[in-house]
Amino acid sequence: MPLGIDDALPFAVVLPAVAAVAAVVMPHWGRAVGLVGGLMTAAAVVVIAFGNRVGGPIRYALGGWPAPLGIELAADGLAVVMLALVATVMLTAGVYALRYFDHDGGAEPALFWPLALLLWTGLNALALSADAFNVYVTLEVVSLAGVGLCALGGRGEAIVAALRYLLAGMLASLLYLLGVALLYVEHGTLDIATLAQVAVTGAAGFVAVPCILAGLALKAALFPLHFWLPAAHANANAPVSALLSALVVKAALYLVLRWWLAGLGMGLGPILVQLLGALGAAAVLWGSVQALVAARLKLSVAYSTVAQMGYLFLLFPLAANPTTASTAWAGIVYLVVAHGLAKAALFLASGSVLRAHGHDRLGELAGLLPRSPITKFAIGLSGVSLIGLPFSGGFVGKWLLLNAAIVSGQWWWVALIFAGSLLAAAYVFRIVALLFAQSESPIDVAPQHSPMLMELPALGLALAAVGLGFAYPALESTLALPDMLGDHAR
Amino acid sequence: MTGLGYVVVGLVLAAMGIWGVVVLAHPLRKLLALNILGSGVFLVLVAVADRGAGQAVDPVPHALVLTGLVVAVSATALGLVLMLRSDDDRAAPSRDQSDDKGVG
Repeated sequence: MPLGIDDALPFAVVLPAVAAVAAVVMPHWGRAVGLVGGLMTAAAVVVIAFGNRVGGPIRYALGGWPAPLGIELAADGLAVVMLALVATVMLTAGVYALRYFDHDGGAEPALFWPLALLLWTGLNALALSADAFNVYVTLEVVSLAGVGLCALGGRGEAIVAALRYLLAGMLASLLYLLGVALLYVEHGTLDIATLAQVAVTGAAGFVAVPCILAGLALKAALFPLHFWLPAAHANANAPVSALLSALVVKAALYLVLRWWLAGLGMGLGPILVQLLGALGAAAVLWGSVQALVAARLKLSVAYSTVAQMGYLFLLFPLAANPTTASTAWAGIVYLVVAHGLAKAALFLASGSVLRAHGHDRLGELAGLLPRSPITKFAIGLSGVSLIGLPFSGGFVGKWLLLNAAIVSGQWWWVALIFAGSLLAAAYVFRIVALLFAQSESPIDVAPQHSPMLMELPALGLALAAVGLGFAYPALESTLALPDMLGDHAR
Repeated sequence: MTGLGYVVVGLVLAAMGIWGVVVLAHPLRKLLALNILGSGVFLVLVAVADRGAGQAVDPVPHALVLTGLVVAVSATALGLVLMLRSDDDRAAPSRDQSDDKGVG
């Protein structure tokens, strides 16, 4: 039987899973297995992206069993965007990890590659799943792999942070499952596309929809449910922080987008929609202020994630108006990708700072990385995209959101986006200023040189985040809402 | 319909579990509360499979429960391992986290 393009769908899930098992069985070959498995998975993603570009959304029924009984995988535009982001960040973080862990002559923790590959499996399966329960299982795979990676730091703080992360994640998953169970009682289906449209109409939806939204908001670290994020992301190893901040929180957001896309957003009503936007706004302001006052570089970068996740919940108010739905949608998807790339770059660069200086306490760093101009450049570039300076990826995303806010007459969100950008500029410049400071302090021991394999991945991701802005004309048609809809929402 | 009673009990258990996770401070208590929440959710799922006397039960919710149990056991095990690990690091478990109020 010849392999078709649709056969790439199960491969995108199975390849990293097989590699994860192989990496457990052959711990000495962890790196090789990780890189080879990663490249093969990335190849499957390229095939899916190509097939999607040529022939539109792809569906695949596992084992030949169609939807009601079997599990169907589906790749539409949104899924491809997610798969591509995951593959890009995974591969670069993997390359970075080659040198990050061996700086003192040590090797990476034995479980790094298996867990990273397991995380990749979960993220790909999540992106390709179309039914509400399958999504719950993949979300759990992502969470458990994420917690395991988080705990790899091994120090007391990292373990406590991982434990809080696990507890928050379990609560979120069970809330989500409870919501799905209640919806199943009333509607007798697990298909997200069907459930999302009828969810708010039934009596069960009164409890189920808040449960689902609360569960996903907790996993996506939406203010005020972000309490677990800063410690977990700041205390993990740098490549892990990059994966957690760029991808894992986006996994929950991806599901929010899925439910919204399938029709949940339209039924929520104006009050709930503005409330979700207000929580997003609070996240932007609170996260940015915390990033500005954080004592450590990685903690500041982690709080910046809280802030940037806030923008993404502006989808609900901005896309509630049918005339601006398409613009707001494109803006949100752009911000998801731009933030994923920029944040991964910034965390990788922060890891280099931590390695070179031996600590990342901002108050004691004077003259950052004097011998690592590439990493400095990466920090600057990713900052450009996080602030949203023209013509970076972050700029295009915020520009589209501004457009949607103005056209739909919701001026308060315009004010928020400007305030958020100013605050982002403040916390980014606080870090960038250190890059140009001269080291005079005797407490700052001569920093080490960063290896090329740690500098280039950070630079590559930062360049991608900025370059994404220039790619807008090419991507515009892919991001348009009707294309995105695919056949997930019939 | 006998199933309804079990759904109500399941929802009460779930509510108790959520309350426990939010209010209790010790991580072990939180983990136990999460397991009570899980039991509640699973009880709801088992009960809703009932399609009335004489009818075959709906297999889908039962399949969900089986998967959910596996996930819950794994997550609980991971949580316990992390707790043991953090106890090794620090003599006393986290009674000192004043901000450890869970949600909020």
